[in-house]
Amino acid sequence: MNIEIEEISKDFGTTAALHPVSLSIPSGTLVALLGPSGSGKTTLLRILGGLEFPTAGRVLFDGADATNLSVQDRRAGFVFQSYALFRHMTVFDNIAYGLRARPRKSRPQTAEIARRVTKLLELIKLPDIGARYPSQLSGGQRQRVALARALAIEPRMMLLDEPFGALDAKVRRELRQGLRDIHDTTGLTSIFVTHDQEEAMELADLVVVMSMGRIEQVGKPEDIRARPKTEFVREFISA
Amino acid sequence: MTDTLTISSRPRAFRPATTEPTMVKWALIAFCLAVLTVLLFAPLFAVFDEALRRGWAFAVASLSEPDAQAAIRLTLLVAAITVPLNAVFGIAAAWAITKFDWRGKAWVITLIDLPFSVSPVVAGLLFVLMFGANSALGAWLVANGFPVVFAVPGIVLATLFITFPFVARELIPVMLEQGRAEEEAALTLGASGWRTFLTVTLPNIRWALLYGVLLCNARAMGEFGAVAVVSGKIRGQTTTMPLMIEMFYNEYLSVAAFTMAGLLALLAFVTLTLKTALEWRYADQLAATYRH
Ligand SMILES: Nc1ncnc2c1ncn2[C@@H]1O[C@H](COP(=O)(O)OP(=O)(O)O)[C@@H](O)[C@H]1O
Ligand SMILES: [Mg+2]
Repeated sequence: MNIEIEEISKDFGTTAALHPVSLSIPSGTLVALLGPSGSGKTTLLRILGGLEFPTAGRVLFDGADATNLSVQDRRAGFVFQSYALFRHMTVFDNIAYGLRARPRKSRPQTAEIARRVTKLLELIKLPDIGARYPSQLSGGQRQRVALARALAIEPRMMLLDEPFGALDAKVRRELRQGLRDIHDTTGLTSIFVTHDQEEAMELADLVVVMSMGRIEQVGKPEDIRARPKTEFVREFISA
Repeated sequence: MTDTLTISSRPRAFRPATTEPTMVKWALIAFCLAVLTVLLFAPLFAVFDEALRRGWAFAVASLSEPDAQAAIRLTLLVAAITVPLNAVFGIAAAWAITKFDWRGKAWVITLIDLPFSVSPVVAGLLFVLMFGANSALGAWLVANGFPVVFAVPGIVLATLFITFPFVARELIPVMLEQGRAEEEAALTLGASGWRTFLTVTLPNIRWALLYGVLLCNARAMGEFGAVAVVSGKIRGQTTTMPLMIEMFYNEYLSVAAFTMAGLLALLAFVTLTLKTALEWRYADQLAATYRH
């Protein structure tokens, strides 16, 4: 699915989290929203996911206006910063949640749900943890379960807020490849937020550099590295 | 290098930083037990001892008296009405306060505590002023056959007011601590608001909710001051268990008074036992809900 962001702005009371920003994301791209803390990355991601509504501007999914689409109808696979796994449910029930929440006529049978959850557990390379609770998992395992839970709803896009933020350096590198692989297998348009320029450059097809609620530059990693458009971008990517 | 070697090779009795010397530990435990004995066990024992002074049969007979029976029924009725209502109010208030941002929120949090800071007698007088026969509203209500003051509705209202904070106060810190992320996750997965509440919010707060409900129940059954003002203390009609105890006591019917007091204490004891049993039974889940 391609995503069109047209002149989106967002105010929280008197603070402007996003000045009008525009961005066009082709279908199947893996995009990094890169910028320092407070630059508006999470706000933009939440607007795409329908968790926040813009003060002005439009969002188009495959050319259709989605600005006022409810969070449920967006079908965005959202991975939260600290994963937000349901702590009172097993890993299996976490992943099955979205399928079970569907209206009766589109809800798969119990056996079909089990089959899909098992497949997703294999996809994230954790086939044996279905019966565990989130508190019994490592940080890296939690991240992958959050991914599987988001993928279970057959999302139209993936939105990931600092998916590696809570992990140590070694796990981080392993999971980077994991995310790339999953993206390549599913072919879903995916947007992830990060403040780590190395991570963005290494992983993404398209990097969006943000600062203070504005988009500073959009481009392929090598282009941004070769031709930083502003002083801010030059400094940020050399840090 | 040699320093570290000598230190690590010398056997020394290390103890965890939080473990006090055993002397201190036992002294503290003994002190706690002493305080509990004087303030809790001894009075409780005295109540039951006094109640059973003339034997079981006499004690039971004092409870079988129609007025006593009416008081027990009324207290159970009032609790049965107020506890579910305040559970719902408490959840709604805690939800509004912790899951949304709105103006005047801090003010409302303070208001929730009002029943704790206002003397129950004042609360009772408030209801008399509002609904008593001297007020326009009260006069109208009486004329239409629905008296509030000196009647059961007034007792229910006063009890509702007094016990309002218990559930909300238990829930607010827990819900603040848990944040909104899990609810948001459920919404992005396609769940409706109601489904999210039932399958995510409610399971996450169920322990706090249970504690709140038990405390609320204990107070609903035990409330004296506010209820005394609004009830008018009509024997067999508007007299709850605590009021009945006072009446018996004032009439020198000390066995009856202490038997009913013992029954009230027993009800509280049952709720506490229930809570402990549930905690023990679901220790795993409890840990899973609060760790993470
Ligand atoms: N719910 C909110 N209420 C008020 N201000 C907010 C809220 N969410 C974000 N902001 C503000 O918007 C700005 C951008 O925040 P955010 O999108 O979280 O940045 P980032 O994810 O890049 O760190 C920050 O100044 C932040 O304080
Ligand atoms: Mg952020």
